[in-house]
Amino acid sequence: MKAAARVSRRIPVGPGIARFVRRNAWTLGIYGLFVAVMIFTISIHPNYGPYEIESLVVGALPLAFAAAAQACVVIGGGIDLSIGAMMAVANVLAARYMLHHDFQTAVLISLLILVGGILAGSLNGLIAVRTRVPDIVVTLAMSFVWGGVALLILAKPGGGAPDAFMALSSGNLFSPWVPNGLLLLIVVVSLVWVPLRLGRLGLAHYAVGSDRTAAFRRGVRVGPTRVFSYALGGFFAACGGLALMMSTGIGSPLAGTIYTLSGISAIVLGGVSLAGGRGGITGPIVAAFVLTLVPADLILTGTDPNLGQVIQGVLLVLVVMAGGLAPLLRARAIQRRVQAG
Amino acid sequence: MSDANVLLETRGLSKNYGAVVALRSGALSVRAGEIHALMGANGAGKSTLVKVLTGDVTPNAGVILLDGHEVRFASPASARKAGLASVYQDVSLVPLLTVAQNLRLTGTAMPAIRPWLEELGLEDVDLTEYVRDLPAPTLHLLDLAQALAALPRLLILDEVTATMPADLSERVFRVARRWRSEGRSVVLISHRMTEVKALCDRATVLRDGTTVGVVDMASSGQEEIVSLMLGPAAASVVVSEGAVADTAPAPRVEQTAALEVRGLRSGVLQDISFTLRRGEVLGIVALEGQGQADLFECLSGNRRPDAGEILVQGKTRRFRHPHDAIGAGLVLVPADRALALLRQRSVLENIALPMVNRLSRWGLINSGAERRRVRTAINRLDIDTRAGSRVMRLSGGNQQKVTIARWLATGFLTLLCFDPTRGIDIRTKEQIYRVLRELAASGSAVLFFTSEMPEIQLAADRALVMFAGRVVAELSAHDATEAALLRAAHGLSRAAAAEAS
Amino acid sequence: MSARATGMRSGRWTVLQGQLRDRPSLVLVGVLLLLVLVIGVTRPGTVGPTWVANTILFAAPLGIVAAGQTLVMLTAGIDLSVAAVMTAAAYVAASQSYFGSIRAVILALAVGLVVGLLNGIGVAIFRVQPLIMTLGMGLVVSGVLLVYSLKVSPEGPPNVPDIVRTLGSGKVLGFVPNSALLWGAIATIVIVGLRQTGYGRLIYAIGDNPVACRLAGVRGWLVQLVTYVICGFLAAVAGLVLTGAINGADLSLGDVSLLPSVAAVVIGGTSIYGGNGGYAGTLVGALILTVLSSLFTLLDAPDPLKQILYGAIVVLLAAVYVRTAGDTG
Repeated sequence: MKAAARVSRRIPVGPGIARFVRRNAWTLGIYGLFVAVMIFTISIHPNYGPYEIESLVVGALPLAFAAAAQACVVIGGGIDLSIGAMMAVANVLAARYMLHHDFQTAVLISLLILVGGILAGSLNGLIAVRTRVPDIVVTLAMSFVWGGVALLILAKPGGGAPDAFMALSSGNLFSPWVPNGLLLLIVVVSLVWVPLRLGRLGLAHYAVGSDRTAAFRRGVRVGPTRVFSYALGGFFAACGGLALMMSTGIGSPLAGTIYTLSGISAIVLGGVSLAGGRGGITGPIVAAFVLTLVPADLILTGTDPNLGQVIQGVLLVLVVMAGGLAPLLRARAIQRRVQAG
Repeated sequence: MSDANVLLETRGLSKNYGAVVALRSGALSVRAGEIHALMGANGAGKSTLVKVLTGDVTPNAGVILLDGHEVRFASPASARKAGLASVYQDVSLVPLLTVAQNLRLTGTAMPAIRPWLEELGLEDVDLTEYVRDLPAPTLHLLDLAQALAALPRLLILDEVTATMPADLSERVFRVARRWRSEGRSVVLISHRMTEVKALCDRATVLRDGTTVGVVDMASSGQEEIVSLMLGPAAASVVVSEGAVADTAPAPRVEQTAALEVRGLRSGVLQDISFTLRRGEVLGIVALEGQGQADLFECLSGNRRPDAGEILVQGKTRRFRHPHDAIGAGLVLVPADRALALLRQRSVLENIALPMVNRLSRWGLINSGAERRRVRTAINRLDIDTRAGSRVMRLSGGNQQKVTIARWLATGFLTLLCFDPTRGIDIRTKEQIYRVLRELAASGSAVLFFTSEMPEIQLAADRALVMFAGRVVAELSAHDATEAALLRAAHGLSRAAAAEAS
Repeated sequence: MSARATGMRSGRWTVLQGQLRDRPSLVLVGVLLLLVLVIGVTRPGTVGPTWVANTILFAAPLGIVAAGQTLVMLTAGIDLSVAAVMTAAAYVAASQSYFGSIRAVILALAVGLVVGLLNGIGVAIFRVQPLIMTLGMGLVVSGVLLVYSLKVSPEGPPNVPDIVRTLGSGKVLGFVPNSALLWGAIATIVIVGLRQTGYGRLIYAIGDNPVACRLAGVRGWLVQLVTYVICGFLAAVAGLVLTGAINGADLSLGDVSLLPSVAAVVIGGTSIYGGNGGYAGTLVGALILTVLSSLFTLLDAPDPLKQILYGAIVVLLAAVYVRTAGDTG
């Protein structure tokens, strides 16, 4: 962050580039962190190859979708603590109804589950908007509701899906270096996110997260836009549940719960402000890969893998502390510019 | 009101937030081709009326007639479609989007807004800049340009010029006059009587949420409007400029310095030095952004200066936190009440806040003693505490008095007031200046910045004029006429001014 | 905004609403009595002195942890690490009981103080958002505890120390639970402390407007720091009471208390945005949630259904509160 802030002042490149770096400093930082962790991984594991990449992608996919889901909601000014539970619902639905079916049926079921995810997310949003109960309380309570629903569908871990369906994540279609899971992630996210960012709805989504009153006065329909951000979160949560199905091969009513908290870690590392309206979706996804890679590296270096959680917590807090310095430096930079000008 | 020319008419509009009635019975009738002022003390319901008119809030009762037909607006967007556009007092651009993205949200086309940006002198503003990185006056002008781009038949300006320097305000007034000449209408809310006199055709006066009268600006004077604003109870009180200085106790300026500033630098502030004596009210005058904010930040301990010394009663002090400044007897009343008040807490808790804040007072509170000191301060400032269980229910003037009462109860040596009368009705202003004089008379020192230059002669003994971070002139109260202050505030030296004349 | 528009209400409701707005705790007590009534009607003979004593006994850990949560939420913060702290305190006490009860309890309380201190340092000094800071600390604490549990497990199964068991499940005169007395003492201190001390005032002030506090000379960071330490300490106490009540400790002991600790505060009328509320409401909130659980158990509801209803009722109560409290929140 520090370097980026300085670059923007000193190097007389076009203001466009300097400003791009300044505005996206955090996202660029997380890309840098990912590259650094990746280089470290390869250095301690010289045979790093397609198999390792595939297992990284398969392992990271559920968290990547969870992060995308949380990012959508938080950018819109809310927070959804029931994302893990919704993932669990999608996961057990898939495991229960895909078992002993062919690929086409499995895909059809997936589509229905995605629609279900959208509806579940909308319900969260609708309750938060209509009752005016703080989002954090509504979704914390809804995490109980969705957790209960998951247990109703499948009381114990079980079920399954056709191999062809699992291969959507674990196989590779083009090159062994490019696992299907990565393609799936890229395709799904870009199909949803890119058109959104280009249209007025995406603008409204960010506007509501930034300042509800101002957005309302600018002609944005605040309530529906907030519900939309939750619906989008529900959609990605359902994707995450399906990815969990692909990576574990079974449905588990409790497997999703950790993704609520890990998802928040990922979006915070990925540069999404919990205050809303700031950040994107690629940062959190890359952060999800970092968070998956770090515990794997621990095992490689012979550290107790149980410390993975500790590292995640420490990383989260330290990065946020470092990030807290960025606005300070930025404010000073602006002050200097004012003095100079 | 059977005027064929009427564009917009409202009857019996009311709005309450829970138990708080913000607007009781708002009636307003605006003709085509006029500039219509909306006047009233703080908390009289002006802003609420505007918000109701433009669909920003939904009224509890009442009707709005546009061209004689009843209309209902669900949002500012639908009001805009019907030809009503408003620039609100609190800026309503989305801070984390760029200017261009904000324009896209309202569907404003660039060709439509371009001429207005030029008209308002904004052609240099970078539209790809984030809104949060732009200064407030620019944002108000941008908001105005966007409102104009929709070519509204009725343009509503809610205290848009309150934070603007004179040159920017003039741009706004030019547009308003043009609007009138084209047969469209403008509703203007402003506390500055001179603006209203110069610009408006008629004025509607609100008091306690009710419309109490409509006056013709050409045929009636300032006193009529003021007495309408204040109501029958206060009408007997003579309100004329100069009343404070005449009736308040004469100050006894002592020679001991309460505060001395030497070579202070911070932000815009470039090497400023002056002395404030006990028993003195020292006024500071400057246009927007000449370093006055930096000065008050440093003196109140909220920011550490880059260089220079602050001496309190002859001793050099370094403030790392407002706590240190308060310990040294320097206390601040900020301009923005939102920065000073605990909105959800009671008047008592707000006034007692600095008193309970000493580590030794983290323990049990002596509520009897606390109550007595708070009561004394409330009485001295004549604060209306009927809605005192939550400060946010108080009117703006009463809220400002609470921020001053806090320091009366706590005790201090030097009072720093940053624009204490911004957006406050005339009666409260008078009370505040009277208290400042009394405080000085009892041996305290007062340093205050004001954006309204005529107030210097009402309250101050001496005035410093700041320009570009330096003190450029020092005037006694007698010489500090508006014209002299204005000249100095624009950086014209006395010699240059003399040459020019 | 349009969503805030309430429209006209009939006069009687407005009057009632006005009274309820000033005394929202009346609504809460009403809900509590209603739930007790439902139990009394559906399972006649259940409600009696023993039942009341047992309900308070089960509510005590929640009530104590929610006391800390109330203080933190009044400063506009939140502590998501309380569940991990409860578990850690309980587990440390149980695993150290071999070396003596006193030492075990002191170590357990130290866990709470240290975690609270770290949370406080992160939030108050390094300005990390409370949600993130306490989430991170929660991860760290449960991770460290996991490693610790693997290390101490060869030394034999954890064993709840005697004084902890007495505290958690013992009764004075045969019907007043010891934990109720402890809870009562803590509640008195918290309620009086919030109303009558300078520190209590500053908690509200910081939650309402930190900038105003700074300008009034308040060292806000100190208030926040102390508040997180107290919250960590109370969470550790609650963990001990809980482990004493169920006479056992495992690595997921506190997990079930996280949502209820936040929910009790919220339905008790404390604003999640800080500056408004108090512990009396939280206390009733904790009792409501406990009675609700006991109602589900009496009705023999299957676990998933219990969970769904629990979540739904928390939302419903919070919504009712927002409705009656109107714009004051």
